[in-house]
Amino acid sequence: MLLIENITKTFFPGTVNERVALNDVSLQLNTGDFVTVIGSNGAGKSTLLNMISGKLPIDSGDLAIDGSSVKRMPDYARAAYVGRVFQDPMAGTAPDLSIEQNLALALRRGQRRGLSWGVTHTRRAFFRDELLSLELGLENRLKARVGLLSGGQRQALSLLMASFTQPRILLLDEHTAALDPQRAELVTTLTESIVEKHHLTTLMVTHNMGQALRLGNRLIMMHEGRIILDVDAERKATMSVPDLLAEFAKIKGASLDDRALLG
Amino acid sequence: MNAALELGLLYGIMALGVYLTFRILNFPDLPVAGRSTTGAAVAASLIINGVPAPLATLAGAASGAVAGLVTGVLYTKGRIDGLLAGILTMIALWSINLRIMGKSNLPLLREDTLMTPLRDAGLLGGAWSILIFAGAALVIKFAIDWFLSTDLGLSIQATGNNEQMIRSLGVNTHRTTILTLAISNGLVALCGALIAQYQGFADVSMGIGLILVGLASVIVGQAVFGRRNIFLASLAVIGGAVIYRLVIFFALGAGLNPNDMKLISALLVVAALLLPRWGFLKRIPSLRQMRSAAAVTAN
Repeated sequence: MLLIENITKTFFPGTVNERVALNDVSLQLNTGDFVTVIGSNGAGKSTLLNMISGKLPIDSGDLAIDGSSVKRMPDYARAAYVGRVFQDPMAGTAPDLSIEQNLALALRRGQRRGLSWGVTHTRRAFFRDELLSLELGLENRLKARVGLLSGGQRQALSLLMASFTQPRILLLDEHTAALDPQRAELVTTLTESIVEKHHLTTLMVTHNMGQALRLGNRLIMMHEGRIILDVDAERKATMSVPDLLAEFAKIKGASLDDRALLG
Repeated sequence: MNAALELGLLYGIMALGVYLTFRILNFPDLPVAGRSTTGAAVAASLIINGVPAPLATLAGAASGAVAGLVTGVLYTKGRIDGLLAGILTMIALWSINLRIMGKSNLPLLREDTLMTPLRDAGLLGGAWSILIFAGAALVIKFAIDWFLSTDLGLSIQATGNNEQMIRSLGVNTHRTTILTLAISNGLVALCGALIAQYQGFADVSMGIGLILVGLASVIVGQAVFGRRNIFLASLAVIGGAVIYRLVIFFALGAGLNPNDMKLISALLVVAALLLPRWGFLKRIPSLRQMRSAAAVTAN
């Protein structure tokens, strides 16, 4: 499904600000995998997602979706395979367009956009059904401007827009981090049900360890541009947040020791 | 008064083009209205050389579309700031317009233009010609309304509204930007071609005073009529162009002379930009962006 091979990304190479964001990262996702990604700030989580979505070019390594390399594909072309929800609730929707217009835009993901009506009766009925599953009452506000919605509502809509065309890969970039706890819980629950419903191959970055343990069938931990821990479903089911923290401290300590020895 | 209405409706076509650039695409191409000179130059030269008026008018519009395309390519592929790209195109076009025209003024009075049938039938300056011009402006308005609600049109609206989002949904925003600028500049040039035929000449400097007209029409129209949806917003833009002409008309009637017109245009735009700050027109959020864009050109 998704195959990441030895990806490296360095920001500001050759300057004093040089920073290795991803250091020889390899990762393979199988169809239907729901992988949660945790790690401290600057661990390379968002960079990894930006590599997959094509927002930033890869320095070296390869990236393949369904067996064909998409390394040289621009972000808008890769969008045919990759759906994405951003951290900022404002980022995933067009505020001056209505709910139904936003959904119509999302419906044409990866397809040619021609001169047929954006919002038809058939599409509207479909949108209404899809919005019903969010249980936010948005199905009765199809013509409302999205800018009028709350952050939680906009994020739920973004999630729907990123997923309802069933892209090959769904990327979630701390998509609940900017919401208050109640809204975050709502969007988390929605994420769970939507991913399950469409059997989406998903990569979810989160700061919330509880969320990372609760969702998905696999967990990876990143640190300083590397994947330092890869937990499978079986082990993940038995892990608690303290276990995770202990694991992190152990690996981090080990890597520090290594460096101290090498230094 | 009737002539003011006629002119206002013709300028409404240009205002629709400016609306596409400024409001829909959120693109700060201030000199866009200057593209009308190119449309006028191309149409007038072709008419003088015996090309049928409808064809010459279309060619005028097409020349504007090419100018928009160039601006768009400079902005997207060349990564040149939008305002600068627009100014570069404007400066280059000044020379090109003169090349096309051969001299700075081309009279069309003895030529067969789109206005000749109206003039011969004695309709110009009367209710019928106002109706015909209104019809023309409305046809273009409805065409834009329709276009913006298609799949392609929605992706254009989203390009101006949230570029990151629409790219993540698979739209090449470079392409939508270039396409919109081409359509918008084409409309402005179409207006120029029609104005040249209406007033009976094309002049290389006719676009200078117009730089503000398009912007003023959009700002004044939407301040007066609102812009809750595309249908109202595009109608307001035409209304704005007509109001603008009427203001000029009454200013002239009050004893000001044509040399004062640039001053009146400038004052009108200043008024339209300042009024929202004083509260009652606060519902126009993107005015702020326009004001900063205007400030940049003023420097």
